[in-house]
Amino acid sequence: MNPSAQKVPSVKTLQINGKDVSAREDQTLLDVARENGVFIPTLCNLDGLTPIGACRLCLVEVKGARRLLPACITQIQDNMEVFTETETLVKYRKMILELLFAERNHVCSVCVSNGHCELQAMAQKLGLDHIRYPYLYPKLAVDASHDRFAVDHNRCILCQRCVRVCDEIEGAHTWDVQGRGTASLVITDLNQPWGTSESCTSCGKCVQVCPTGTLFEKGRASGEMTKREFLPYLTLMREERV
Amino acid sequence: MVMNLTKPAMPSDDKRWKIVNATMRRHGHSQHSLIEALHTVQEIFGFLDETALKFVAKSLRMPLSKVYGVATFYNFFTLKPQGEHTCVVCMGTACYIKGAPQILEAIEHIAKIKPGETTADRKLTVISARCFGSCGLAPAVAYDGEVAAKVTPAAATEKIRRWMNS
Amino acid sequence: MTPEELQKIADTELEAKQKGGHTLCVCMAAGCVSTQSDKVKESLQQAIEKHGLKETCKVKGVGCMGLCMAGPLVAVEQTGALYQMVTPQDADEIVKNLGKPPVKRLECDTTQPFFTRQKKIVLENSGIVDAERIEEYIAAKGYEALLEALTSMNPAEVTEQVSKSGLRGRGGAGFPTGLKWGTVAKARGERKFVICNGDEGDPGAFMDRSVLESDPHRVLEGMAIAGYAVGASQGYIYVRAEYPLAVKRLKDAIKQAERHGLLGHNIFGTTFSFNIEVRLGAGAFVCGEETALIASVEGKRGQPRPRPPFPAERGLWDCPTLINNVETFANIPPIIRNGGEWFAGIGTEKGKGTKVFALAGAVKNTGLIEVPMGISLREIIFEIGGGIPDGKKFKAVQTGGPSGGCIPEQFLEMAVDYDSLAKVGSIMGSGGMIVMDETSCMVDVAKFFMEFCMTESCGKCVPCRVGTKQMHELLTKITGGTATAGDLAMLEELCDVVKNTSLCGLGMTAPNPVVSTLRYFRDEYMAHINDRRCPAGVCKIGKEQLATV
Repeated sequence: MNPSAQKVPSVKTLQINGKDVSAREDQTLLDVARENGVFIPTLCNLDGLTPIGACRLCLVEVKGARRLLPACITQIQDNMEVFTETETLVKYRKMILELLFAERNHVCSVCVSNGHCELQAMAQKLGLDHIRYPYLYPKLAVDASHDRFAVDHNRCILCQRCVRVCDEIEGAHTWDVQGRGTASLVITDLNQPWGTSESCTSCGKCVQVCPTGTLFEKGRASGEMTKREFLPYLTLMREERV
Repeated sequence: MVMNLTKPAMPSDDKRWKIVNATMRRHGHSQHSLIEALHTVQEIFGFLDETALKFVAKSLRMPLSKVYGVATFYNFFTLKPQGEHTCVVCMGTACYIKGAPQILEAIEHIAKIKPGETTADRKLTVISARCFGSCGLAPAVAYDGEVAAKVTPAAATEKIRRWMNS
Repeated sequence: MTPEELQKIADTELEAKQKGGHTLCVCMAAGCVSTQSDKVKESLQQAIEKHGLKETCKVKGVGCMGLCMAGPLVAVEQTGALYQMVTPQDADEIVKNLGKPPVKRLECDTTQPFFTRQKKIVLENSGIVDAERIEEYIAAKGYEALLEALTSMNPAEVTEQVSKSGLRGRGGAGFPTGLKWGTVAKARGERKFVICNGDEGDPGAFMDRSVLESDPHRVLEGMAIAGYAVGASQGYIYVRAEYPLAVKRLKDAIKQAERHGLLGHNIFGTTFSFNIEVRLGAGAFVCGEETALIASVEGKRGQPRPRPPFPAERGLWDCPTLINNVETFANIPPIIRNGGEWFAGIGTEKGKGTKVFALAGAVKNTGLIEVPMGISLREIIFEIGGGIPDGKKFKAVQTGGPSGGCIPEQFLEMAVDYDSLAKVGSIMGSGGMIVMDETSCMVDVAKFFMEFCMTESCGKCVPCRVGTKQMHELLTKITGGTATAGDLAMLEELCDVVKNTSLCGLGMTAPNPVVSTLRYFRDEYMAHINDRRCPAGVCKIGKEQLATV
């Protein structure tokens, strides 16, 4: 596309938690909040991937809106008044995290990602110290058929980052989700062992973007399970080429 | 690299694959015809097996996982072969409050299977459905597609017993 | 097709009708077909031949006559006589008595309130025209509205009439239809689409099925008019695959309309072209949500996406898309024919026109009814519905399906419209109305709906996916007699979070059945929790406890 033909986005002003900020009209609330040092929790969101508004942690209150809005996907508007830390929001965020912890098996002490897990870090950050809901503990499979990686569905929070990175960045679309509701599972190809997948390029991007210990590299101690931040770099490079 | 864009060969000599092909062709082999194609496969083969899913995926040039994701999202599609007879118990609200749970219980008791399962001898598949939209006839049961009205547990048991002994 | 040709088809039909003789109308909607009305139709045909009446009498299949519980229904077109629960063996007697007083034994009283208290707009042709013949629809003023819109109105004028009528979306939420049309008309886009939502997933609702089976052309005509008003040339009807008869009739109707030039290129010689394709749903309640429906039409998993942007701006393939429900489109032809003001004269201040309800459950007359907005629940249940059978006592009426609530006796006098139902904690919904008597346990009913929402949750967003599961666990505990007061508090808290944080309408309304039963039948919850007792005797508390001891 010819850059000169692009419409130049205009600048708008809005309020976040009572503070005036300015933003380009094509920015999301989450972008603007982060630029201004306002913390909004997220799990499914990842810079460089299409936002899907699934985890609901980034919900914010907008004056005049009938409902809470997901910051990751909501475009800013002129004179918006946004609140990110109301009592209700704090309560809802904790409850949503509780629901996630109770859904599968998130016992940190025996997890490969202990200490490097975004879910664990989020619980600490939001001050979640105990889970009131009964643990549902479905007994799900662990697939270690791939020579370098493994998938433990018991840790999965269905954020679909792996599905999106594989489709949007790697272009392989090895991952997708099968079933629905609590029976949803991330799958490779025709729900076959990962190691037998014909479309997987073994690039490892899915492992890098997984927020929990679901997708992990084999043969590493949990202390080494740090993740690379390659997506923001990729995105930046692509933007500059436009 | 030259991409091979020719359509995949049919999985077998079975003429029915031509019908599947026709459905996809009618929609220009576009990806949005996936659900229509799966409907056609299920209509003629009774269920969606791996061969069919792979054939459809290749024909529409779609990732396998995406096809599998769609096939398992919708209740109407089944990946397992069905029994010779199917008994679908409506569990819509009207049927529910008029005793559908008791009917299902009676059927489970005699067939020794749960909804969604098929008996070992492949005689019978039992399914619990959301709502036939035949609420005026509640409780309703569909035996091999024929809707029966105001069914009692005894009548259902009788019908299933006859099928199982046939 | 020219206007003259349309008139000629209508005239030929009417002439044939005036020739005298008798026409037997057999209900061929799914309800009656399942009680063998197709065999009744055959027998009637044979009886006519046997008695040598082939020249003067004929048998035709028609759509739903409403009183499904008394099927198979057969009507005599010329005299208005109605026969109920007809068997193939009765055919001979019915034919022999044509032209004489009706057969007493089989007669259905058409002066009962079930028939006299209804007002039919959407169902005006149901049970009268043969759904499989376009000529009969044309003779009943069919496609006149499309002709009028295309030849003597501009698109803005069509939308204006719809706005004037005050018609609100019949799918459940009640968004003003005219406003929606205006938004899509104004939206910028080279291509636009019209989608008819026929994914009637509510358990206990069969209005759309009936309309599609009984009068499919009405929906096609409504969609074509909408296409003209918003500037779309392609329409899709999304129908449940579980409705094979409706799908078949729709597909046939589309072919007939195309053959007559009422769909396709340059309709009535104007520059307007419009095509309609059927898309089959595949069993996912969430696809009734418009963004999920769009995903499904695109061949994907039916998962909703956050709105805005609304489909009116970015819908199918990111093009501006108008989505209306079957009943909404079915209201369009009469609105255009008679003018928006005529429609606005029916109903209440905020709810115009009529509403079709599927009346079922613990009520004598189960079936399909159409009533003016503003009628009271008591009139619907006790007059039209004939009250509760077997001398039982009324307990509640459930409207809106899994997104609605249970309304107790104290609100029976309430006038039914969108706002009044919302005020008492339910919704209009698509029109399912299930009556419950004293033998229904309200906690069990809440659990039934929660199980529905849980298994129909698409799994995308956390509160709906996990929240409904946790609520179902708690309700199972309560109905099992093992819950504590703390569990009830947790349930109420979950209702709040799921309602306010879920991504789409399914999750946002999933707690409604629990909230409304807690509001009006809290004592039943307390009986399960405190006394370990189910007042209605539905929940197996005692048995299970004995088994575990």
